[in-house]
Amino acid sequence: MRESIIMKIHYGTALGAVVLVAVHILYRITMMSFGDSLEYENVVANYKFVPYAIMLELILVLLSVHGFNGLRVILLELKQGKSYEKVVTYGCLASMAILIAYGSRTILMTSMGMT
Amino acid sequence: MTDPQIVEEQSSAESSSSKTVTLRMAKFNPEHDSGTQFVNFQVSYERWTTVLDAILDVKKHLDHSVAVRYSCRQASCGSCGMKINGRPRLACFTKISELNSDVITVEPMNNYPIVRDLVVDLERMFDTHKEMKPFIIREDSEITTNTKEFLQTPEQVEEYIQFANCIKCGLCNSACPTMATDSSFLGPQALTQAYRYVADNRDKGKNERLKIIDDSHGIWRCHFAGSCSQVCPKGVDPAMGIQMLRGHLLGFKK
Amino acid sequence: MKRNENKEGIKGMANPGRYGIERVSYWLMRITGLGLLAYFIGHIYETSSILSGKAAWDSMLELTQTTQGHVFLTLVIGMCVFHTANGMRLMFAHGGIGVGKPTRPDYPYLPNSQNMKNKLCIYASIGIAALAMMYGLSVLFGE
Repeated sequence: MRESIIMKIHYGTALGAVVLVAVHILYRITMMSFGDSLEYENVVANYKFVPYAIMLELILVLLSVHGFNGLRVILLELKQGKSYEKVVTYGCLASMAILIAYGSRTILMTSMGMT
Repeated sequence: MTDPQIVEEQSSAESSSSKTVTLRMAKFNPEHDSGTQFVNFQVSYERWTTVLDAILDVKKHLDHSVAVRYSCRQASCGSCGMKINGRPRLACFTKISELNSDVITVEPMNNYPIVRDLVVDLERMFDTHKEMKPFIIREDSEITTNTKEFLQTPEQVEEYIQFANCIKCGLCNSACPTMATDSSFLGPQALTQAYRYVADNRDKGKNERLKIIDDSHGIWRCHFAGSCSQVCPKGVDPAMGIQMLRGHLLGFKK
Repeated sequence: MKRNENKEGIKGMANPGRYGIERVSYWLMRITGLGLLAYFIGHIYETSSILSGKAAWDSMLELTQTTQGHVFLTLVIGMCVFHTANGMRLMFAHGGIGVGKPTRPDYPYLPNSQNMKNKLCIYASIGIAALAMMYGLSVLFGE
């Protein structure tokens, strides 16, 4: 993939995440007190509210892509070499996929009441 | 009648001639030295003495072996770039008096291989500069057409003339935080020169150049830290050129 | 033989003092980005405890409901706000917006791209991050 496309995705995911994370945080402090919003029952109820669960999934994907691409950029700038760069690129992609899979499992199972 | 200002300047010059400063110079010959050694020299200076004058003074009277590259002594040739008190500067364009320090440390510029002492190898910078195709690209030429020359309005010239001021001294590459660790990065000098031609309305090679810089060690490795622009002795402002160039890649500019 | 490139290395990259606030912001952007990624990974792991039932969730929550936990979360708020605000500035700048207009350079060659607007935005990002951290402290410790 061309670097310009990767970086456009980087900017796009950042913009998307800013909006959604803001909603995520507002949910924690506007619906009830911050402490109450973290109570087990309230959090489970949040997950079971489908639009919120979809939003969490989106945040998960957007931030994973943005975060691991940022890490890739930093690592590519730190050291160079064909094999090193390959390891960094594929390593970041794999970590991104694992994190998304792990987070999705939590979101999916909780929203389906499998807790 | 004598101009009182001139008289004053002459007298102050006479009284300042006794000022001395310690020139702490990096000495390193990669052929037989294992590391850089710093040697101190006491040099006298006037208000107008440049760091290059002081280095040449040392070379002439105290240590003939000092390796330094210079030519025009007026910030036009870009030969005498070096790290002066921790910042890349042109030695001929930096007066000792403006540094406000009793010790002037001179070292070779970072991010370039050292040839000897204060001289660095600029070959890679010239290579990346050439990679940018630093010439007007178009099918017709001014010789074959009836117009004889491509006329430009002053506004069209202003779009690129600032970036054409580059003297290839390499200070920007030395100050760049990405270049501090990334050996494959094209660097601010080359990227700015790419923009110099992209911004020139006579040039038709924009897409060709954008393709070259759109690489994993190309323009995207610039993070707008701006250090390149802060050290540029000719006001080229590479950081601006690079962001403008990226604007073309992002579709903000046509 | 590969010649020593005399790279400044991480030490040079990390030394923001010589080049003003823009270089500080570059460094802060990196640090906050890495910090936020670390927090994000931790947050995903932390919230996965919900799958193990109320007891597991409560014990995980207990870990964060300490003074150190609150201070850590306050730092995360600061990092997040700075990274977002400064990131917005950078996104515009990367598109060539707000970096000034090319002109004929004149001594003393002050670079247009290092203009007051950009500097103010960096200071504002730091200021907003500080305010958000104060608000965070009041919410976290105010309970």
